[in-house]
Amino acid sequence: MNKARTNPFNTLAMHGALIFYTLIALFPVFVILINSFKTRKAIFREPLALPDADSFSMVGYQTVMKQGDFFLYFQNSMIVTVGSLFLVLLFGAMAAYALSEYRFRGNMIMGLYLALGIMIPIRIGTVAILEMMVATGLVNTLWALILVYTAQGLPLAVFILSEFMRQVSDDLKNAGRIDGLSEYTIFFRLVLPLVRPAMATVAVFNMIPIWNDLWFPLILAPAEEVKTLTLGSQVFIGQFVTDWNAVLSALSMAILPVLILYVIFSRQLIRGITSGAVK
Amino acid sequence: MTALTLTNVNKTFGKVHVLKDISLEVEDGEFVVFVGPSGCGKSTLLRVIAGLEDASSGEVRIGGDLVNTTPPSKRGIAMVFQSYALYPHLTVRGNMTLALKQERQPKSVIEDRVAKASRMLDLTSYLDRYPSELSGGQRQRVAIGRAIVREPKLFLFDEPLSNLDAALRMNTRIEIANLHRQLAASMIYVTHDQTEAMTLADKIVVLRDGRVEQIGSPMELYNNPANQFVAGFLGSPSMNFLPGDLLQGGDERTIGIRPEDLFLSDTGALTAQVSHVEQLGGDTNVIAHVQDHQITARLFGQHAIEAGDTVRLGFDPAKTYAFDRDGQRVSPT
Ligand SMILES: Nc1ncnc2c1ncn2[C@@H]1O[C@H](COP(=O)(O)OP(=O)(O)OP(=O)(O)O)[C@@H](O)[C@H]1O
Ligand SMILES: [Mg+2]
Repeated sequence: MNKARTNPFNTLAMHGALIFYTLIALFPVFVILINSFKTRKAIFREPLALPDADSFSMVGYQTVMKQGDFFLYFQNSMIVTVGSLFLVLLFGAMAAYALSEYRFRGNMIMGLYLALGIMIPIRIGTVAILEMMVATGLVNTLWALILVYTAQGLPLAVFILSEFMRQVSDDLKNAGRIDGLSEYTIFFRLVLPLVRPAMATVAVFNMIPIWNDLWFPLILAPAEEVKTLTLGSQVFIGQFVTDWNAVLSALSMAILPVLILYVIFSRQLIRGITSGAVK
Repeated sequence: MTALTLTNVNKTFGKVHVLKDISLEVEDGEFVVFVGPSGCGKSTLLRVIAGLEDASSGEVRIGGDLVNTTPPSKRGIAMVFQSYALYPHLTVRGNMTLALKQERQPKSVIEDRVAKASRMLDLTSYLDRYPSELSGGQRQRVAIGRAIVREPKLFLFDEPLSNLDAALRMNTRIEIANLHRQLAASMIYVTHDQTEAMTLADKIVVLRDGRVEQIGSPMELYNNPANQFVAGFLGSPSMNFLPGDLLQGGDERTIGIRPEDLFLSDTGALTAQVSHVEQLGGDTNVIAHVQDHQITARLFGQHAIEAGDTVRLGFDPAKTYAFDRDGQRVSPT
């Protein structure tokens, strides 16, 4: 084993640094969480104090539950995020496989074209997208959001996944071909499991911006029954008064599902089953 | 019947012409070895035979059937890869049975074949392990087992031993030779190791730059090489080449002498400056220079020769080979 790793001082320093960073990263989340359980006065008097018998209050959560259809927003956000991620991963992986595995005319050009989207923010096309959605009657549907987010996520997904798929052993795919597996089986059963860490990376990268996005929900799907959580929470933020209890409670609840998704994906990041396949 | 017939097979990748007019036959039950230096197209040729690459032109026949457009799984072949290429998410049993399940073979047949193959390869106690839980040699045996259970008309091996260490390589080599005897199947084996080629082959195909240089049994090629390349490629240490004028005066041919045909002699024709000596116990390899030309002599037994010594080496003119300017074999006189 590496000597630097076993040295107790280095271990301590390393863990110290990591714990320090974790604290910094988690601090805002922590502040949001504790304040969501406090009365309005207590939030402003001592923002960093833990809620005690005096300052404890669920008023924020009550407001959130009463006002607006919070669970519907929640469900909308979930559908949009999971749906978009699924499509990004599916189409991204398929395109990446085609680009990395098959030799065809225009392969290079196609790859560059697909990667171009990384450099051009999709919001530039907002007006055109809105016109298109109006024309197709998709305005105020969740599909509008799912389609836009899928388009937004694909370039990076194709770029990252094709890089990883190039590294999947040719021999393995060829062994599958000789054993009579179809190209689809090779893709789904041999290649995808081997690029799972990359898929998880892509998923994590795409998940948070989609979940947090305010822009497209506001423009493409502002109707009550298709509002996402982020958009729905805006009702508590007024121009002159902001209901901080409600905002903090809504945020606390919004963090939870991303956290769960993140845990699911990050487990996939763990490698291990790939070793021993080749060599 | 012939197991495999190639007729004028060509393969190009864009502008790169990798296989040039390859024609050869593999008889039923024959063990054929493709040898050649790295990059000469051995793997590409094997992949064309397997159907993983399409031939740009020419015919590929397996067991008499034209298979140019047949997918790999329908060609009646099985292939063992250099990198093993085991399915990481399947157990040893899963790896061996996948192709049979794909062919929808009945369960009893699958069980039978797996049992037989794993007994043959000593894998019975590993059937439920995953590839990552096996040693390199075991993985290689699983890869071979995966090929055996399919009972193919033709086995294809692409440098199956090159990831193994020397001792294991020798054992596995013997195992493959035994396997060939037991199965009596036709096998094609790619290697750039000429020991493997000489010891395993019924027939060797020497390739260079995508062309067939010579085809024949190991001893035919050894005793009767068609050109300087084949002569230099087979045999270890490799053949010495000296310009003819060094030996006979005014001759532009190149003379080849095998290291084992050189012997110490006070009246020998060659006076050589020893630069290095390898004592192997049974043999002694003497690396020396005749003027600027390096030669190697393989002397039987142990000899007290050291670097810096001057030795005289003799040879039997009947045991020399002569090559013209283009490297083609010509008569020695
Ligand atoms: N897909 C490809 N595109 C372009 N050129 C290729 C391709 N595959 C192989 N080649 C070229 O074909 C030649 C032969 O390659 P091949 O892999 O058959 O060599 P080899 O004899 O198996 O060598 P080695 O002993 O190193 O495995 C090489 O020069 C290689 O660069
Ligand atoms: Mg090769």
